[in-house]
Amino acid sequence: MFDSLSERLGRTIKNLSGQGRLTEQNVKDTLREVRMALLEADVALPVVKQFVESVREKALGQEVLGSLSPGQAFIKVVNDELVAVMGETNSELNLAATPPAVILMAGLQGAGKTTTVAKLARMLKERHRKKVMVVSADVYRPAAIKQLNTLADDIGVTFFASSVDDKPVDIANAAMAEAKSTFMDVLIVDTAGRLAIDEDMMAEISQLHSAIKPAETLFVVDSMTGQDAANTAKAFDEALPLTGVVLTKTDGDARGGAALSVRMITGKPIKFIGSGEKSDALEPFHPDRVASRILGMGDVVSLVEEVQAKVDHNKAERLAKKMQKGKAFDLADLRDQLEQMVNMGGMSALVDKLPGGGALPPGFKAGAGDVETRRMIALVNSMTPQERKYPAVLKGSRKKRVAAGAGLQVQDVNRLLKQHAQMSKMMKKMSKGGMAKMMKSMQGKLPPGMGL
Amino acid sequence: MGIFSFLKRKKSAPEADASQHTNQLPASASDDNSDESSASATPQPASDDRQLAAEQTASLEKRLTKTRSRFRDTFLDFFLGNKPIDDDLLEELEGQLITADVGVDATQRIMDALNNRVSRSEVNDSDALREALTQELLDIILPSEAPLEIPDSDSPFVILVVGVNGSGKTTTIGKLAKQLTEGGKSVMLAAGDTFRAAAVEQLQTWGERNQVPVVSQGSGADSASVIFDALQSAKARNIDVLIADTAGRLHTQSGLMDELKKVKRVLGKIDTAAPHETLLVLDGGTGQNALNQAEQFNEAMGLSGVVITKLDGTAKGGVLFALAQKLPVPIRFIGVGETVDDLQVFQAQPFVDALLKVDAS
Ligand SMILES: Nc1nc2c(ncn2[C@@H]2O[C@H](COP(=O)(O)OP(=O)(O)OP(=O)(O)O)[C@@H](O)[C@H]2O)c(=O)[nH]1
Ligand SMILES: Nc1nc2c(ncn2[C@@H]2O[C@H](COP(=O)(O)OP(=O)(O)OP(=O)(O)O)[C@@H](O)[C@H]2O)c(=O)[nH]1
Ligand SMILES: [Mg+2]
Ligand SMILES: [Mg+2]
Repeated sequence: MFDSLSERLGRTIKNLSGQGRLTEQNVKDTLREVRMALLEADVALPVVKQFVESVREKALGQEVLGSLSPGQAFIKVVNDELVAVMGETNSELNLAATPPAVILMAGLQGAGKTTTVAKLARMLKERHRKKVMVVSADVYRPAAIKQLNTLADDIGVTFFASSVDDKPVDIANAAMAEAKSTFMDVLIVDTAGRLAIDEDMMAEISQLHSAIKPAETLFVVDSMTGQDAANTAKAFDEALPLTGVVLTKTDGDARGGAALSVRMITGKPIKFIGSGEKSDALEPFHPDRVASRILGMGDVVSLVEEVQAKVDHNKAERLAKKMQKGKAFDLADLRDQLEQMVNMGGMSALVDKLPGGGALPPGFKAGAGDVETRRMIALVNSMTPQERKYPAVLKGSRKKRVAAGAGLQVQDVNRLLKQHAQMSKMMKKMSKGGMAKMMKSMQGKLPPGMGL
Repeated sequence: MGIFSFLKRKKSAPEADASQHTNQLPASASDDNSDESSASATPQPASDDRQLAAEQTASLEKRLTKTRSRFRDTFLDFFLGNKPIDDDLLEELEGQLITADVGVDATQRIMDALNNRVSRSEVNDSDALREALTQELLDIILPSEAPLEIPDSDSPFVILVVGVNGSGKTTTIGKLAKQLTEGGKSVMLAAGDTFRAAAVEQLQTWGERNQVPVVSQGSGADSASVIFDALQSAKARNIDVLIADTAGRLHTQSGLMDELKKVKRVLGKIDTAAPHETLLVLDGGTGQNALNQAEQFNEAMGLSGVVITKLDGTAKGGVLFALAQKLPVPIRFIGVGETVDDLQVFQAQPFVDALLKVDAS
C-alpha cells in the first residue's frame, strides 16, 4: 500500500520536536513529505505547489502553543488548510429560477454523468418532492439515450425522448418547451462525454448552455482521475460557467486527489459525491472526510482531538520516559494504558481509527473489548508491586491468589500474561517507530502512527 | 514528436495509419521537427463515413486551428532547444513525469538513474538528457510491447474484457471486433454486462456496426450464463474469436470480483484454456489507482493483457511505467478516440514520445 502522510511525516517530523517555533529550516523536509504525499494521492502538480506554498506561509513563524509539539502544530496547519481549501459542506442545489430550473451535466467520457442524472433526479423527486424531467443530449455514444430512458423509468421520473438524428441544442430546447408546458420543477440535461481539447464538442456544450441557461452546471469528475484533472477542470471551467462539481466512484480505494485539483482550479464547490452505481448512491460532500482521505490519515485528526481531551498526561509522560530509557514495559504500565483506553471509549474504537491499526496482534485486538479490559485492570490491581514489575515471578500459587483477588480464573491471569508478553515483544520490535512513540505521543497528545 | 498531437486532433484531421508513422519515426526521439513533418506528410482520407458527416460542419475551421497549433508546437520546440543541464531542467523533466501520472516512486527511480548518468558525465546537455530520459523510459516499457496474437485453432479464442466502471470496455470491444474481422477472423460478441442500463443495447450497436453476431439474454440475466451460452454458440458456429463484455466493477467490490471468477470457471467447463486472453481496460486518465486496479484484477483473474484508453485527450497514461515495473503484463492496445478505428496496437516508442512531448496549450 501507499505510504500514508502520517507515516511519511513520522520520518521527518520528529526533527521538529523540541523547537519552539516553526521556521523555514525546520519545516523544509516536512513540507517535502507533504508534497510527495499529495502527489501520491494524485493531486495535480501545479495545485500541489500552490497548496504547499500556502501551508508554508501559514506555518512559518507560528508559535507552537502549550503542550503541542511543533510536529503536531504542523499537521494541524496542513489539515486545517486542506479542509479550508476543500470548501464547505454544501450539497444544496440552487434551483431558484423560474421553473423549470435546468441542471446541465458536463464532463469527460465515462465520468458518471448519466448515472448522476438519475441520482439527482431521484433525490429531487423523493426528498424535495419536485417534478423532474430528464433528457439526453448525447447523440454520439451508442445507446446513451436508451440508458437514460431505462434509468428514468426505474426511478419514476419523466423522460423526454430524444433522437440521435437531432442536434443537441434542438433537443434541449424542445425538452425545455415540454417541461414548461407540463409544469416541471426541474429539467436535467445529460450530455455526451467530451474531451476538453475537442473544440467542436466544447463549442457544442457552451452553445447548449447559452440556449437553456441552466441554474446549475455541474462538472462530473471521476475520483480516480490523475494529474489530468487539472487540465480538464481548467478547460471546462473556461468553456462553461460551472456552478458545482460532482465527484464520482468514491466507493473505490482511490485517494481522490482530483477533488483538490478540481476544487482549487475551478474554485467551484464540490456538491455531491457518488458512492456507487445505484441511483441512491449520492452523498453530500464533507470536506474533512475527503481531506483526510487525500492525506491518508484515517480519522487521525479527530483522534488527535479526542486523545488531547482525555489522556492523563503525567502517566503517559512517565511511561514515555521509561520506554525511551529502554526500560521494560511492565504490568503496571499495561494497566495505565488499559485505563487510558477505557477512558477513550475502548481499544477497539481507538484501533479502528488508526492508520494501520489493523496491524496489532489479533489477541490484543480481540481482548480489547471493554469488559475484557476492565478485567485485565482488576487482575493487575490484585498483584503486588513486585509482581507487576517482574511478571516472571507469577507462578502457580501467586496466579491463584491474583485470580481470586479479582474474582476471576487462573486462565484469565494466563491470558493477561500472554497479552502482556505479546505487547512487550511488539514494543521492542517497533522500538523506533512504534509503541514507544505511541506512549510518548500520548503525552504530547498525538496518536500512535503519527510517530512523534 | 508530433505523433500524439496528431492523434489528439484526429477527429477532424486526416487519418493516417499509425504503424506507417512509427516506421518513419527517427531513431532520436529529440528530433521533433522531422517527426512532425513525417506525420503530416502521410495523411490519408478518413475511413469512417459515420464520422465524416459529423466532421464536415466545422472541418475547415478545425483544420486551421490544427495548423496553428502545430506551428506553435514547432515554435516552442525551437525555443526549448539545446542548453546546458541545470537543476531547473532536471526539475522540469521531473515535473513532466509527475504530470504524466508516472507517480512519485517511479519518477524518483527514473530521475535517480538520470542523475547518475549526469554525474558520470555521460550526458552533458539538454538534448542528451532528454534522449537519456527517453531511453530510461523505453527500457522500462519496451518489455510490455507484446501484441496480441491469436493462433489458428479449431475452437474459439475467448477474450474476456474486464475493468472498472466507465473505463472503455464496451467501446474497446467494438473497435477490436473491427480489427479482428478485418484481419480475416470471424468474431462473436457476448453481452456479459447484464447490470448497467442499456449496456446490452450499447454492445448490440457495436455488433451491428461491425456486422458481427451478439449473444445476449437481456438485462438482469446471469452474466456467467450469457457468456457460457455464447461460447457454446461460437463453438457450434465455428467462430474464431469470442469477445465477452462484462459489467464495470470496482476492484474493491469482492462480491463482483467473485462473479468474474465464476465467469472464468464456467468458461473452463467448455474449454479449459478459456479465456485465452483476459484484458484489463484502464482509463488513460486514471492516476495511481490504476496500480491497485491492475493488482486486484490480476489477483482475481490472472490478467494476460492491458488496454489503455482515452489517450486522445491530454492524459498521458504514465502510470503504465509504474505498472510495468510492478506487474509485467503486456500492454496490447491503446484507445485514441470514440470511433471504431480508434484502437492501435501498443508501441513503446510513440507512447514515450507522446509522454515527453511538451504540450503547447
Ligand atoms: N462504483 C461506481 N460506479 C459509478 C458511479 N457513478 C457512475 N458509475 C458507473 O460508471 C460507469 C459510467 O457511468 P455513466 O453514467 O455511463 O458515465 P457517463 O459520464 O454518462 O459516460 P459517457 O456518457 O459515456 O461520457 C457506469 O458503469 C456507471 O454505473 C459511482 O459513484 N460509483
Ligand atoms: N475519447 C475517448 N473516449 C473513449 C475511448 N474509449 C472509450 N471512450 C468513451 O468512454 C465512455 C465509456 O466507454 P464504455 O465503452 O461505455 O466504457 P465501459 O468500460 O464499457 O463502461 P461500463 O460498462 O459502464 O463500465 C464512452 O463515452 C466512450 O465513447 C477512447 O479511447 N477515447
Ligand atoms: Mg452518459
Ligand atoms: Mg460497458
